[in-house]
Amino acid sequence: MIKLTDLRKVYENGVVAIDGVDLGVAEGEIFGVLGQSGAGKSTLLRCVNLLERPTSGTVQVDGQELSGLGRADLRRARQRIGMIHQHFALLSSRTVAGNVAFPLEAAGVPRAERAARVAELLELVGLADKAGVHPAQLSGGQKQRVGIARALAGRPSVLLSDEATSALDPATTQSILALLKRLNRELGLTILLITHEMHVVKSICDSVAIMSEGRIEEAGRISDLIATPGARLTREIFPLPEPAPAGTVTVTFAGQADEPVMSALVRKFDVDVNILGGSLEELQGAPVGRLRIRLDGKGAADALAYVRERGLLVEVAA
Amino acid sequence: MSGEELVSALLEATGETAQMVVWSTLLTVLFGLPLGVLLVTTERGGLTSAPPVKAVLGAVVNVGRSLPFIVLMVAILPFTRLVTGTTIGTVAAVVPLTLGAVPFFARLVETALRGVDRGVVEAAQAIGAGRTRIVARVLLPESVPGLVAGLTVTIVALIGYSAMAGAIGGGGLGDLAVRYGYQRFDTAVMIITVVVLIVIVQVIQSLGDLVARRLSHR
Repeated sequence: MIKLTDLRKVYENGVVAIDGVDLGVAEGEIFGVLGQSGAGKSTLLRCVNLLERPTSGTVQVDGQELSGLGRADLRRARQRIGMIHQHFALLSSRTVAGNVAFPLEAAGVPRAERAARVAELLELVGLADKAGVHPAQLSGGQKQRVGIARALAGRPSVLLSDEATSALDPATTQSILALLKRLNRELGLTILLITHEMHVVKSICDSVAIMSEGRIEEAGRISDLIATPGARLTREIFPLPEPAPAGTVTVTFAGQADEPVMSALVRKFDVDVNILGGSLEELQGAPVGRLRIRLDGKGAADALAYVRERGLLVEVAA
Repeated sequence: MSGEELVSALLEATGETAQMVVWSTLLTVLFGLPLGVLLVTTERGGLTSAPPVKAVLGAVVNVGRSLPFIVLMVAILPFTRLVTGTTIGTVAAVVPLTLGAVPFFARLVETALRGVDRGVVEAAQAIGAGRTRIVARVLLPESVPGLVAGLTVTIVALIGYSAMAGAIGGGGLGDLAVRYGYQRFDTAVMIITVVVLIVIVQVIQSLGDLVARRLSHR
C-alpha cells in the first residue's frame, strides 16, 4: 500500500534526515515507526505525502508513484491520503463541522452531499453533538477526533499519523488508539504512524520499524520480530539487564503464557529453575513475556530442548 | 468664533476628515491586503516561494514606511495631480493618505498572517488544498482578529495623517485646529478640536477591539 524505496532526504544545511530508507506497508495493517526525536521519523512520514520533497528515492502510495506528479495531480493524490497531527492543526476560525467539511470543499464535493458526509463522519468518531462548537472549546482528545474525522473525509485508503497521541494524557491516548484500531478493522484503513512511545506500538501496531539517525535498524511484523533471536524490539519491550550474564537463559514466549512450562521443567527434568527477572506484556491483546532464568542440574540441556520444542524462543548467554 | 459658527465649522471639518479617512481606508485595504499576503507567501519556503519578489516588495514597503508623511505628501504632488486632476481638497488628500498607509497596513497584515500556526497551513496542504484556497480559506480567516486589530491601528494612523493633509489644503479637523488655534490664537477652537479627535480615536479603537474579540475563537 505504501512503498518507499531508497529514500534520502538531505536538508540544504547538509543535515541528513533520512539516509537510505526502504519501507513497505501492507494493505490493511497498522505500521508503526518508532524512534527518538531527531531520528528522522517525522521527515519520513512527511515524505509519504510529499509535504517534504525527498532528495532521492521514490514514494509509492496505493500503486501510484507520487514523486513524479505535477501540482494538480499531487493535490488529488493527497485527497486520498489522510493525515492527523500531534497538535491537531484544526482551523480555529471554523466550527467542528466546518473543519471536517474543509477537505470536502477542496475536493469539490457539492454542499448538500458535504453536510451529509460531515454528519456521518462526526457520528463515526463520536462527536455528533459537537458539530457547531469551535475547536477551542474541545478537550485534546475531542480535537484529535475532529482531526481523524477530517482526515477520513475523502475516504482515504491510507492514514498517516504524526505523533497523534503524544500531546494527550494516558487515558485519552488509549481511547484514540482504540478508535484508530477500530477504523483499521472496520474500514480496512491502512495506517502508518510515527511515535516515540513503545506503548503505542504495543497497543495497536501489526508491524514496526525502529528508526535511528535516519536509518531503519529493524523492521517487520511484531510477531515475527518477537520470534527472532536478538531482536532489538524484544529487548526494548522487555527490558532486562544487558548483556545477559554468562550461563543464563532468556526465554521469550508468545501465546504460550498459560502453559505451566517452568514447573513442567522442574518435574520432568529434575532441574532447579531460578528466575532472575522477567516481564509480561500484552501485545494486541495477546500475552507475550520474557524471562531470564538460570537452570541447574544434569537435565539442563534436555530441559532447554523441551522449551524450544514448545515453540518458545531460547537465547543462551555464553 | 460664535458658538453657532464653531459648531458648523466643527461639523464640516469632521465630515471632511471622515471622507478622507473612509476613502483612504478602503483603498488601503484594497492594495495593502494583497501586498501583505504576498509578503508572507513569497518568502523562502512560503506558499508561492519567490525570494527575489519578496526582496523587492520588502524594499518598496520599507521605503514607503521610512518617509515622513508630510514629506511623502509633498513629494508625490505630481502623482496626485495625475490621479485626481488637482492637488487641493479632500479628494486629492486621499492619494497621499492611501500611499502612506498601504505599506504600514501591509506590514500589519504580514504580522497577522505570520501568527497563523504553520501546522495548520501544512495540514491544509496535506488535505490537498490549492494555494489560492489556502490563502482565502485558511490564512485570512485564521488571522481575522489580527487583521481587524491591524485595520484599527491603520484607521487611527490615517486620522493622524489626515490632520497633516490639511497642510496642503485637504481640510478636516487638523486643518481647523491649525487655522484657528495656531494661526489665530483661538485656543478654545483648538481645545475643542483636539477633544473631538480624541473622542473619535477612542471610539474607533474600542470598536476595533470589540470586533476583534468577537471574531476570535481561540
